[in-house]
Amino acid sequence: TMAATKTSKEQRYDRQLRLWGDHGQEALENAHVCLINATATGTETLKNLVLPGIGAFTIVDGHTVSGEDVGNNTCLRLGSVLWSASVPFLVCKTYGLIGYMRLVVKEHTVIESHPDNALEDLRLDQPFAELKSHIQSYDLESMEKKDHSHTPWIIIVAKYLEKWLSEHNSQPPKNYKEKEAFRQLIRQGILKNDNDVPEDEENFEEAVKNVNTALNPTKIPTAVEDLINSEQCSNITSQSASFWVMLRAIKEFIQSEGNGSLPVRGTIPDMIADSQKFINLQNVYREKAMQDAAAVSKHVECILQSVGKVSCKNASFLRVVCCRSLAEEYSVDSVNKDEITSYMDSPDSEMVLYLMLRAVDRFYQQHSRYPGVYNYQVEEDISKLKLCVNSLLQEYSLNVNIKDDYIHEFCRYGAAEPHTVAAFLGGSAAQEVIKIISHQFVPFNNTFIYNAMSQTSATFQL
Amino acid sequence: MADLDEPMVVDGGTGTRCEWEGRWNHVRKFLERSGPFTHPDFEASTESLQFMLDTCKILVIGAGGLGCELLKDLALSGFCNIHVVDMDTIDVSNLNRQFLFRPKDVGRPKADVAAEFINSRIPGCCVVPHCKKIQDFDETFYRQFHIIVCGLDSIVARRWMNGMLLSLLVYEDGVLDPSSIIPLIDGGTEGFKGNARVILPGMTACIDCTLELYPPQINFPMCTIASMPRLPEHCIEYVRILLWPKEKPFGDGVGLDGDDPDHIQWVYQKSLERAAEFSITGVTYRLTQACFSSLFDSAACATEVFKIASSAYIPLNNYMVFNDVDGLYTYTFEAERKENCSACSQVPQDLHFSPSSKLQEVLDYLTESASLQMKSPAITATVEGKNKTLYLQSVASIEQRTRPNLSKTLKELGLSDGQELAIADVTTPQTMLFRLSFTS
Repeated sequence: TMAATKTSKEQRYDRQLRLWGDHGQEALENAHVCLINATATGTETLKNLVLPGIGAFTIVDGHTVSGEDVGNNTCLRLGSVLWSASVPFLVCKTYGLIGYMRLVVKEHTVIESHPDNALEDLRLDQPFAELKSHIQSYDLESMEKKDHSHTPWIIIVAKYLEKWLSEHNSQPPKNYKEKEAFRQLIRQGILKNDNDVPEDEENFEEAVKNVNTALNPTKIPTAVEDLINSEQCSNITSQSASFWVMLRAIKEFIQSEGNGSLPVRGTIPDMIADSQKFINLQNVYREKAMQDAAAVSKHVECILQSVGKVSCKNASFLRVVCCRSLAEEYSVDSVNKDEITSYMDSPDSEMVLYLMLRAVDRFYQQHSRYPGVYNYQVEEDISKLKLCVNSLLQEYSLNVNIKDDYIHEFCRYGAAEPHTVAAFLGGSAAQEVIKIISHQFVPFNNTFIYNAMSQTSATFQL
Repeated sequence: MADLDEPMVVDGGTGTRCEWEGRWNHVRKFLERSGPFTHPDFEASTESLQFMLDTCKILVIGAGGLGCELLKDLALSGFCNIHVVDMDTIDVSNLNRQFLFRPKDVGRPKADVAAEFINSRIPGCCVVPHCKKIQDFDETFYRQFHIIVCGLDSIVARRWMNGMLLSLLVYEDGVLDPSSIIPLIDGGTEGFKGNARVILPGMTACIDCTLELYPPQINFPMCTIASMPRLPEHCIEYVRILLWPKEKPFGDGVGLDGDDPDHIQWVYQKSLERAAEFSITGVTYRLTQACFSSLFDSAACATEVFKIASSAYIPLNNYMVFNDVDGLYTYTFEAERKENCSACSQVPQDLHFSPSSKLQEVLDYLTESASLQMKSPAITATVEGKNKTLYLQSVASIEQRTRPNLSKTLKELGLSDGQELAIADVTTPQTMLFRLSFTS
């Protein structure tokens, strides 16, 4: 029998390699993660990072060191050390039926965001030279039925668009009425048989269906525009990360060879066509993409002598995530009051759970224990916790109301760490760590709250 | 989690109860304390914990990515009586997430190894493995469980399970007896996306009510695969659907096994050849494999089991989806029951066809309709007082004998207006009754 030519590691990691590729896996295997506090949540996260092959771990547990619990203060101090060292920091906590995650990373760049529903990059509104001449090579009117029915819809739309432009003063269809008229124009192109009945031409149906997206003007996404106009992009130094160098190269491309547009992505969706016509069309886009990538590479060379892989087909989907530091979140001067008060307009929003977690930390600072750990404490701690809630709201001048029910519930939790909630959080945390290390997919920004009671969640930027 | 050679701090052992101080403290807080958000029927007591530890019986279906997580979560939450059903054996590619298994376990049945691991690691927990298909069991087996949790990788299996629990429901004078309801908690994932749902058979939306939420598998048109491939996927499908049955590379009757590297290697090589014919690039080993399976992992289900078993909180009502591609996104909604659901509505299903329609048209409708999505339905009817099999695919000799019926009209087959057709399929444990309604 023919044996599979794969190492056992590739076999073992096959399912995850499909998600983030060999280069993503390499990043994981070169990573070193530090876990602080081997709680249920911590060990779940650890297990979920060991399994996909994270390279190295260091585990620090407060109980062996000095018996001190890791409270709020330690987190802030640790946070500021890691912020200065530009080391990404993920805080996780399971408290009763509530899960909490806070991501602290100064500037996290993402080239491969793997967007779910991306628009195609077809350039029908401004066809490049090679696409134009390829379209020209088709003469729909003189085609035999077989060829006519297996012409890719992109060609069909392009041909009829040419016709429309010549009849409408070079103005493409803009509103619904015009687009409908354009669709009709295409429908009229369907071949008719001897009895004047339209033939079954699925490729023309596809063309009609795709008119809306095909007519989307080629545009640079706002997120990418912002990045291009950012300070990091304008001031490239020898310290600049390769992400910014590449972005600068793309900016220069846009201003020269690109004529105001990004490099061509080079992929087209599948469509009804015979193999040859489809492949020929696909190759037109592919070759243009390669050309554009080469041009960007030249710009990169001019900016810096050597940089890593240039990935132009992701140009539309570049992302940067910048989290506020813990110091900014906690300081009275920079607390995000607006975010908190606007969410608290709905008193049962997950924001109330965040405030309760802050209140509970305050309780710990005052009493050196969490509320309601022992049954006899539950009742009396409710009023003590309420005082903490009020002092928290007062200190930050937050004009919000927290229902007594939540104060009662958080005393009831008694700082329990139920396994199922820890497991959910451990899975989520591990996934975010993998995103940070691989620079693929987009991490959250910056506070995630999970409510296991209602099985709902929310993300806040605090 | 390395294999332990030294004994654990606490004594393990199947079934022997070994409680230490504070072991269930985190669980107790939810069972023994009242609170403002608990279920209206909840009463704080020390007995609930005993119920969970001693009496509550949970069935976990699947010991793969979801199943391993579920078993761990349930065992660590205080459930001691768990059964697990899985007919699969362990493969190397499982080891990156099905953490109850080690390289030395490859080839052994998943259910057995999973049970062994949990039983030896979590004192007092007793997991009973069943290396079988879910269809190998009948009502007497399923009836013994309080809650059933599914970590399945096929919609067909889910639907079968759904049908089984619906068949257990007891109605007295048209009123559902609540004690006959066995809650079904179902989870599924793929890459960075997943979902969890709670199904109370007879009360909430069932699997079939929301069948249209599951997009039908992408099936490329045959003409594309046979003569006009454009994508590498078309080439791989060609080899899988057309070439494999023709060339039978591993012997007569040997089906394609997506987990067998030799099979995949053969498909890969042939796909490359096919692709070269049409100048198509992009066929890789990894893509070839990907065309055969999907991914797995989740934990919200176990929380729901706890809620239902303890009545501590109102369970999820009733469908939660999550997508972690961009940040973390969850969405929770109440899936509604479908009024004429073919599985749970007890409304007789009508089939509207003209008497001159061929049986093949009926067959096509059963398989292609978005709300039925049957796989290989077997159709029988009572004609002139006798039970007649009109068409059955799963037994070769009967398929051959009944195949000519497909091109006969309903009238020719002796069927009349209002006639009942009994239809069996892998998607349901019970035969479904349809009523033929002739159109003019």
